[in-house]
Amino acid sequence: MSDNAKISIDGLTKVFYKKNSSVVALKDINVEIQDGEFVCLIGPSGCGKTTLLRILAGLETPSIGEFTIAQGKEDRPIQSMVFQEQGVIPWLTVYENVAFGLKMRHLPKDTVQERTDYYLRKVGLDKFANLYPKELSGGMKQRVSIARAFANDPEILLMDEPFGALDEQNKFILQEELLNIWSETKKTVLFITHSIDEALLLSDRILLMSSQPGQIIDQKTIDLARPRNMEQVRSNKEMADDFVNIWKHLQVEVQGSRI
Amino acid sequence: MNREKIHGVDYDPFEIEQQEWKKRQVRERLKQILTITSPIFILILWEFLSRTGLVDARFFPAPTAIIATFLDMGANGELYQHIGISLYRIFAGFLLGVIPAIILGLLMGLYSPIRHFFSPLVMALMPIPTLALLPIILIIFGIGEVSKIVTIAGSVFFPVIINTVAGVVNIDRIYLDVAKNYGASTKDFFFKIALPGSLPVMLEGIQMGQAIALLTIVAAEMMGANSGIGYLIWTSYSSFILKEMYVGLVLISFFGYLFSLLLRGLQRKLLPWK
Ligand SMILES: Nc1ncnc2c1ncn2[C@@H]1O[C@H](COP(=O)(O)OP(=O)(O)O)[C@@H](O)[C@H]1O
Ligand SMILES: [Mg+2]
Repeated sequence: MSDNAKISIDGLTKVFYKKNSSVVALKDINVEIQDGEFVCLIGPSGCGKTTLLRILAGLETPSIGEFTIAQGKEDRPIQSMVFQEQGVIPWLTVYENVAFGLKMRHLPKDTVQERTDYYLRKVGLDKFANLYPKELSGGMKQRVSIARAFANDPEILLMDEPFGALDEQNKFILQEELLNIWSETKKTVLFITHSIDEALLLSDRILLMSSQPGQIIDQKTIDLARPRNMEQVRSNKEMADDFVNIWKHLQVEVQGSRI
Repeated sequence: MNREKIHGVDYDPFEIEQQEWKKRQVRERLKQILTITSPIFILILWEFLSRTGLVDARFFPAPTAIIATFLDMGANGELYQHIGISLYRIFAGFLLGVIPAIILGLLMGLYSPIRHFFSPLVMALMPIPTLALLPIILIIFGIGEVSKIVTIAGSVFFPVIINTVAGVVNIDRIYLDVAKNYGASTKDFFFKIALPGSLPVMLEGIQMGQAIALLTIVAAEMMGANSGIGYLIWTSYSSFILKEMYVGLVLISFFGYLFSLLLRGLQRKLLPWK
């Protein structure tokens, strides 16, 4: 185990037990993620990506194995999650949603105000601070969700297919915004996606998962210089090869799970 | 350039849309008129039938006669005492029923052991009409105000608790996960998630409870009181002063309508996010 590991996962297995059909959602996961690293987890749907994130988020417990997340500054929360289904709370305004984590930690009023305003401005929602989520588009809701996670200033960020439900345009814009905020804060991020392009654009390293049982079977380091944009990813020869390789892997996985 | 030529004729799209808009406005107004027409029509018909003797005016006194009776009764102040005491019982009983129902309902919704412990009790007690228990309530609490207030509280309690539990249980799991992930304390969980999240369904229960409170107060005052609107209805009926009985009925109808409106207003105030 290296000294610099922010997240280390050790022999983690998760079984969902039911009387007739138990599922091995995760099998013997061993991963180390360095401080400040942006790691994407990619794999066919149902392979256990969400389960892994929920375990790291403290919303599920592993069957066996363990994980540690290194605590830096004392007063920081360990992790914040951006949920697949957004989870923007409908009875709170945009502002209250972004401030949610800070308020739950009962931070001083001006700290809450300052950080909330900062991230609202970062994601371009400062004008919408007093609206309720029902008045927002899907893209705006996802911005709220991301701002809420960053404003909380956690040790690590867990993001579960945050852009999965968005149209291409919004996705590109939000990916860029995310990279912007990330390069500024240098957070450790574990990001789930099923889009290879997205993984190539965002990550320092890609973890490939197989399904049933969910295992990490391969990884790829992405060396492309930052800041990156989608055109660079698309026009880079090495990236194109990576794309094809990952795509083949996913194909095999999907075929395999069909049989 | 607004004007476009279609088949050689000039059309202004704004003019066309404006006319559509005007038509819609007229239709809306018509609907509003229809809504107030039906009660007015019934009142006029009633007045006519009663005055012409087509129906027996002793049983169905004309609306104008009822209004006159109302003014007479108002003049000697006794009427206001009846109204006041009834309203006092309704409000006190309402609060005494609603507040524990909300608290217990939230606890039952949030904590499944509490839910499993209490729900058979709630289910078993709910079908018993509180009015059927009135004799026992009178024995325990005496014939004073407390017995009426308890009766109302008892009948308001059940719709509110059942809706509150349903409201909490139906909060989308994702919001509970979000709260947990962001480290919400038990207190924050209660006040920031469970209470506001269950509020829409809870308010429906309170609306139902309000209607039941009115039904209950009239019946309770008929059976065991010597004041209040229900008592007024009962005594005027027994002594065959039907005009006064109708005044009592109209009052109940009026307050029912008023409370509904107030609660709808409250709903809009409390649920700006809906
Ligand atoms: N709470 C649960 N109970 C039972 N099975 C579950 C539960 N959550 C997930 N699973 C199962 O575990 C597997 C992995 O699910 P998930 O982590 O959601 O996959 P992914 O996010 O990669 O699509 C699936 O087969 C799913 O049906
Ligand atoms: Mg998932």
